[in-house]
Amino acid sequence: MKLNVKINGKKFDLEVNPNAMLIDVLRDAGFKSVKSGCNEGSCGACAVMIDGRPKNSCIVLAGQVQNSEILTAEGLGNPETPHILQKSFVDHGATQCGYCNPGSLISAKALLDRNPKPTEADVKDALDGNLCRCTGYVKRIEAVLDSAKIIQKGTKGNK
Amino acid sequence: MAKTTKKETVKKAAPKKATVTAKKPAVKKASAPKAAAKTKAALESAIPESPLVFERPEKFEQVKHSLEKVDALGLVCGTQKYVGDIDMPNLLHVKVLGSPHAHARIKKIDTGDALKLPGVVAVYTYKDVPRVPRTTAGQGWPEPSPYDTYLLDSKVRFVGDRVAIVAAETIEAAEEACKKIKVDYEVLEAVFDPEKAMDKGAPVIHDEKDAYVPIPIFYDKSRNHASHVETKVGDVEKGYKEADVVLEKKFYPHYAQHCPIEPHICMAWLDENDRLVLRTSTQVPFHARRITAQTLQIPIKKIRVIKPRIGGAFGTKQEVLLEDICGLVTLRTRRPCKLALTRSEEFMSSRTRHPMVVKIKMGAKKDGTITALSMRIISNTGAYGSHALTVLSNCGSKVLPLYRANNIEFVGDTVYTNLPVGGAYRGYGATQACFGTESLMDDMAEAIGMDPIKFRQKNHIVEGESSPIFKALGEGREGVDMAIGSCGLAECITKGMKLIDWKKKYGKKGTGTKRRGLGMCCLMQGSSIPEIDMGSVFIKMNEDGSFNMLLGATDLGTGSDTVMAQIAAETLGCKHTDLIVYSSDTDMTPFDVGAYASSTTYLTGGAVITTAKKVRDQIIAVAALKMGEKPEDITIKDGICYGKGKKNKVTFGDVSRYSLYENKQFQIGAIGSHISHASPPPFAAHFAEVEVDTETGEVKLLSYVAGVDCGTAINPQLADGQTQGACMNGISFALTEEYIFDNGKMLNSTFGNYKIWGTKDMPNLQTFLVDSYENTGPYGAKSVSEISINGGLPAIANAIKNAVGVRLTRPPFTAEKVLKAMKELKAPKVEAPKAAAKKGKKK
Repeated sequence: MKLNVKINGKKFDLEVNPNAMLIDVLRDAGFKSVKSGCNEGSCGACAVMIDGRPKNSCIVLAGQVQNSEILTAEGLGNPETPHILQKSFVDHGATQCGYCNPGSLISAKALLDRNPKPTEADVKDALDGNLCRCTGYVKRIEAVLDSAKIIQKGTKGNK
Repeated sequence: MAKTTKKETVKKAAPKKATVTAKKPAVKKASAPKAAAKTKAALESAIPESPLVFERPEKFEQVKHSLEKVDALGLVCGTQKYVGDIDMPNLLHVKVLGSPHAHARIKKIDTGDALKLPGVVAVYTYKDVPRVPRTTAGQGWPEPSPYDTYLLDSKVRFVGDRVAIVAAETIEAAEEACKKIKVDYEVLEAVFDPEKAMDKGAPVIHDEKDAYVPIPIFYDKSRNHASHVETKVGDVEKGYKEADVVLEKKFYPHYAQHCPIEPHICMAWLDENDRLVLRTSTQVPFHARRITAQTLQIPIKKIRVIKPRIGGAFGTKQEVLLEDICGLVTLRTRRPCKLALTRSEEFMSSRTRHPMVVKIKMGAKKDGTITALSMRIISNTGAYGSHALTVLSNCGSKVLPLYRANNIEFVGDTVYTNLPVGGAYRGYGATQACFGTESLMDDMAEAIGMDPIKFRQKNHIVEGESSPIFKALGEGREGVDMAIGSCGLAECITKGMKLIDWKKKYGKKGTGTKRRGLGMCCLMQGSSIPEIDMGSVFIKMNEDGSFNMLLGATDLGTGSDTVMAQIAAETLGCKHTDLIVYSSDTDMTPFDVGAYASSTTYLTGGAVITTAKKVRDQIIAVAALKMGEKPEDITIKDGICYGKGKKNKVTFGDVSRYSLYENKQFQIGAIGSHISHASPPPFAAHFAEVEVDTETGEVKLLSYVAGVDCGTAINPQLADGQTQGACMNGISFALTEEYIFDNGKMLNSTFGNYKIWGTKDMPNLQTFLVDSYENTGPYGAKSVSEISINGGLPAIANAIKNAVGVRLTRPPFTAEKVLKAMKELKAPKVEAPKAAAKKGKKK
């Protein structure tokens, strides 16, 4: 089938198998930040934003995202112009192996989009589906709370 | 059969005595050559000696600072590449058919139908591959693990064991082909209980003739007996006679999986020179190259192993699990291939923490003197003996030296069972054993009427002290004698007590159905395997004054690339971002044993200092030549060389361009190696506060405090991150992680059914680092990565005991087990405790 989607603001017309999972479609299209950790929707490594909502792309069929807008970690920022959340993850030491970072950044972005002043409990709630075995989560939570503060202060980041 | 004791273990090299304390650094002198042995002396001078201690600068510019992780931005932006993040044309997808039986012989195997499926390119069974006994354990050669594993075999020994390998155009075709392979099994009786595995008449798991152990250590496969270690210090029987109280208990630390979020993955292809390239998620690229060459019977020089970014490992990738399969497929089909384990395969077929039966006996006097300590271990290695001996010996060597005792006994056996295979897992035996000792320390304190913290403070090892265990228990051979050069444990304890508010809260259980309790434990680990592990580094200078640093060491996400850059920058006198770090590529980087045994910072960090010093000397010489100054007058700061009185100066870039283009041209650069002569323990004190629901048995972990002495934290933020991650893993292991088996088959091999903790489960987690200085380590550093995984089991068990009075010995501490233990505590004792405990074993 033909799949028309916007990925990170750019239009794509992709020829895909309707049974294909979104994670594979995105990775095949070059968006390698979308990681596979469990293929059952449990670990959050493949989380992407679909029309503003974070979803585990390993349990979303390609056919379900027709005409959707998708955001991956590549769309948040790049090493030259990182998103405030990405910069904050770096500053707080919230990245170790980094494999779960793109997915957890997407969950964090979705949280801050709908709740710009989250409490620690809000952050824990929003990131609970993004498993991390390296960091113990402490620094990740600090990073998200700090990002919220920076965004609130109106510090210019990109996006 | 004669058992190998420490006296019978074979020495590969005469261990040097490295008794080093912080106060009196022993500086190693060049050995005086005998007049008669001129040639020998010349040889010795050509072979560099690793320093016993390193210089201590007055202040640090680059280390001891939380500088930015060199790969961090790429990781969070998704631009860093992991194994599976490259596209390869013409790629074959590989799938391994796993055994449905715990123990069976393949009577007949028919791959005809599978091969007929569209897209299926190759199917291999044991008939198609060389039969080479070897180990999958990525350890130094010759490995102290039995050669009992084959690329493919006619016998399967656990559920998930390799039966056949399929390569196809798509993963779907490969999966479909696995279903079409017809296998006729002769199902054999299986053995699952490690305490019965050595019984006479028990099914023999390795009845093949060719399995053997490559070093002269004990091995008796006819009794499922994979390894044996024993050692004695003093006279324990005498010690027990002197004691006022003698306690003995058995503990059952359980199966667990590392759960890196990236499961094992490997890609293979042939390069333009027809050499096999393996791009793989490994902790041990050099061991992976060697073991793959051994398994496929090809020369090492035909293989290049590349480790890109790795999505976590924690020990499970210190194992050569996929490289041989991918190598086989690519060499036979001459096409690139990829094999990625599913989460379920990761649980069932990769590696696990060795579950154990830990029996601890302790004698103590009323004044708190420990008169004798015995540890008896039965370690369950599952179907193959990966790390069988070394995890076992680490139970003793990383736990027993913590407390002073004149009479110590260690007896350990590793047994085969038809269950998933044990391997290296962060903590490496210490996790299992210290659960026993630290639980019994609390029980003993209670029995002699002493505060559990005072009891530990009275007995724990301090700077300048040694333990006979260091020498007695090595890894496949005698250990290395050493004294403790740095110990910040006392401060870990006092600061941790404050943070958890011990004095105010301890003993205040409350009333009603929610009871609170506090528990704590003390921990130690090691830093590298002394006089066995080696790391090496190559540094060359570029025209702009930057440096390429090529390391064998393997950054798994730990941040070791950053830590090494900081150590190099400190030594060279520049910024850590001036180092371009490239690690773990067997064609490009010098050798390193790999990332294990808490070694990288301590061991490879030493090699970085040695190498950077040589480079610094060259920079000084060139700078002096260019400025017309004396080398001894040159000082370096922030990448600038200053002459006498700081009148003249040249930048690193000036120096490099001068050496490359202008005068007496040569490449500024050096290679250096390091082996350690000691394995200084990091120390830690962990504290847990729990609330137990007396109606349901549910344990809620309220707070967890961990203080760690890792010597100098080269990068405090990264060291803290290691501690926090290890704590959470240890906590999750203690409370929820569990393998549930039915006839040897794991029933819960998904994250949905095997609970690792997420953000909502978190306690109030506080961690801190205590500063100490280890003279034998680079800039005072010891290890940090493993130690803090060990605290969860004992600290939480002790807190539960403190809250509701029950001593739990079979983790994880689920509501069901706590409630059951509480009921038994109240009920009159009619049932034998052993039988009662057994019921709770599974599920």
